[in-house]
Amino acid sequence: MGDHRYQEYVEKDDAVIDGIDVSGAWNRMWVPREVTEYDFTFLDRVTDLSGGESMGWCYECAECIGVCPVDNVGSYGPRKLYRKLQIGLDLFDHPDLWLCTTCRNCLRVCPKEVDMMQIMPAVREQAILNGNVPGELQEMLQNVAEYGNPMGESARKRMRWLKKFDEPVRDLSKEPGEVDVLWYVSDYFSYHPRGIDAAKAMVRVFNRLGVDFGVLGRNERCDGDSQRLCGETGLFEELAEHNHALFEQNPHERLVVSDPHAYNAFKNEYPKLTGTEYNVQHYTQFLAEKTEQLAGMFTGEFPRKVTFHDPCYLGRHNGEYEAPRTLIEAVPGIDFVEMFRCKEQGYCCGGGGGGMWLDGLTADHTFERLSENRVREAVDVGAEVLAVCCPYEVSRFEDAVKSTDNDGKLEVLDIIEILDSCLGDD
Amino acid sequence: MKIAVLLKMVPDLVEELEVDSTGKALDTEELKFKLNEFDDHALEEALLLGGEEDEVVALALEGEGNEKLLFTALAKGASRAVQLTGVQPGGSGEQATAFAAALAESSFDLILTGVQSVDDREGQLGPLLAARMGLPCVSVVTGVSVTDGGATVNKEYSGGVMAEFEVTLPAVLGIQSAQQPPRYAPVSKVRQMQQTATIESLTVGGAGGGAESEVTAMAPPEVGASAKMLDDAAALLEVLRGEGVA
Repeated sequence: MGDHRYQEYVEKDDAVIDGIDVSGAWNRMWVPREVTEYDFTFLDRVTDLSGGESMGWCYECAECIGVCPVDNVGSYGPRKLYRKLQIGLDLFDHPDLWLCTTCRNCLRVCPKEVDMMQIMPAVREQAILNGNVPGELQEMLQNVAEYGNPMGESARKRMRWLKKFDEPVRDLSKEPGEVDVLWYVSDYFSYHPRGIDAAKAMVRVFNRLGVDFGVLGRNERCDGDSQRLCGETGLFEELAEHNHALFEQNPHERLVVSDPHAYNAFKNEYPKLTGTEYNVQHYTQFLAEKTEQLAGMFTGEFPRKVTFHDPCYLGRHNGEYEAPRTLIEAVPGIDFVEMFRCKEQGYCCGGGGGGMWLDGLTADHTFERLSENRVREAVDVGAEVLAVCCPYEVSRFEDAVKSTDNDGKLEVLDIIEILDSCLGDD
Repeated sequence: MKIAVLLKMVPDLVEELEVDSTGKALDTEELKFKLNEFDDHALEEALLLGGEEDEVVALALEGEGNEKLLFTALAKGASRAVQLTGVQPGGSGEQATAFAAALAESSFDLILTGVQSVDDREGQLGPLLAARMGLPCVSVVTGVSVTDGGATVNKEYSGGVMAEFEVTLPAVLGIQSAQQPPRYAPVSKVRQMQQTATIESLTVGGAGGGAESEVTAMAPPEVGASAKMLDDAAALLEVLRGEGVA
């Protein structure tokens, strides 16, 4: 221990209590231990923020560490973060700030309700205002601000995926009017090649079911939820105002979204800004209501062993675990198997909370991608197909399949692609 | 120290470019404009150079989207933003004349501009501006440090060759890249600027552009013959023999 302050102590030279002399070494009092002498400056800077308060509630039980998907592949978790803040970590300028994927598994088990979904955006917002934003994330934010999508693709080309595609799709920017379903297509379904596959499958399924639907076309912009969780509050507000105005201008019975992040935004976050409640469903919820109709229309089978990855923003964030399973189990011939980490304990793909655009930074602080960890689990349960229903996941898991040498062993498909493959051509 | 940064919007190449009916210019109907990326570096270099005592003034010609551009510059830390009005749109010569007129009215120590832009690949704006103002000019600059009455600037040549120049101030510098990547302007800060800050307006009139190159025709590149992929070395040998080189 050397000159550690634990060795400092006080002794009362003259202590007589109730007539008994207790002076001397045996009444030695150690000076207060470090535990009460922390410099709380850095912790206070977090807890002083609106949204950051609950960081101070942590009593270090470490329940969160066991379930944190990032700690599983590295050394990061809310309890560890609390400890680091106690001993002088400046979170506002530290990589730990960007590792959290806001998957919500810690909050599920936290007895003190330390809420990283509030803490992270609050601290990240200050970091961004101070100019501390990882380069790869900055590029994404600039793209969303400039073009309305994280890829930096032309907004005018948002409907380009419909080229050489014969199915009817009503583009409300060209053919305005009332529709039953306003389908919010989302960025990855509009621009990413594998997302486009799923978008086309969605159109075919809608058309087979006779759904009266329309899309916002080139006017649609990113929902902004991941940007909000990255701390870009102003950008989120701008996107929310834009998309809200479009929802108002295009009369519809319900809003159906491809993306759980958009679902979360429209269900839980937009109403706080606009004061409007949206009648929103994730596509799996919308289609699960039509399972009987679908079952009567299936012409093909899908005789493969399939497992399912719960998207954090559909499952833990919004409590929907059944709709995707209802659809999967309705598919003829399918052999469905759960992974160990499923439903409320589902693992995270690593794409949430900005993780989608922080691959480089995260790689520097983890020994394996979260998506790789998940893909190994899917292979371990013997699945031939990993079914997903979040547009972030197909590309993430397909990359992970290759990087874990599982190419050819595991196929990643959106649930809508599986449904579409069983519906035949007409 | 007073630093001027010249900013301009250029056609955004994420959009399809089409030539208009005159055959001499881009069709601006479906075009989107964005800040010239080299100007963004010039702004960043100015902000890095400018201390608390210094003044960084962003200037842009009047045009669509330029107000947002100037508010963004303020959000990033520019001290003032000035929009030049009364200028007829034109090439680098006309722009140089307009900027020279605006800059003549105040005494800047440094004038930074992007080294080039998608509509000025020759990078003429900086040299033409310097000529109009009778100031020294260094282009393709990748680093600036200000010394007593002058500046030391790094200039990049092809082949990885670098040169160091001593330049007397005031001077015009064409910035290739700032010493740090351009900073991010949070949307909330830009919005705050839009609500609270003022963009100054300066009328410079449509002075003649002087010597200027003229566009005689503009056309998309012709699609050449496609490449032929060879299967193996034998096929390559055959091609070479056919060409009489083997």
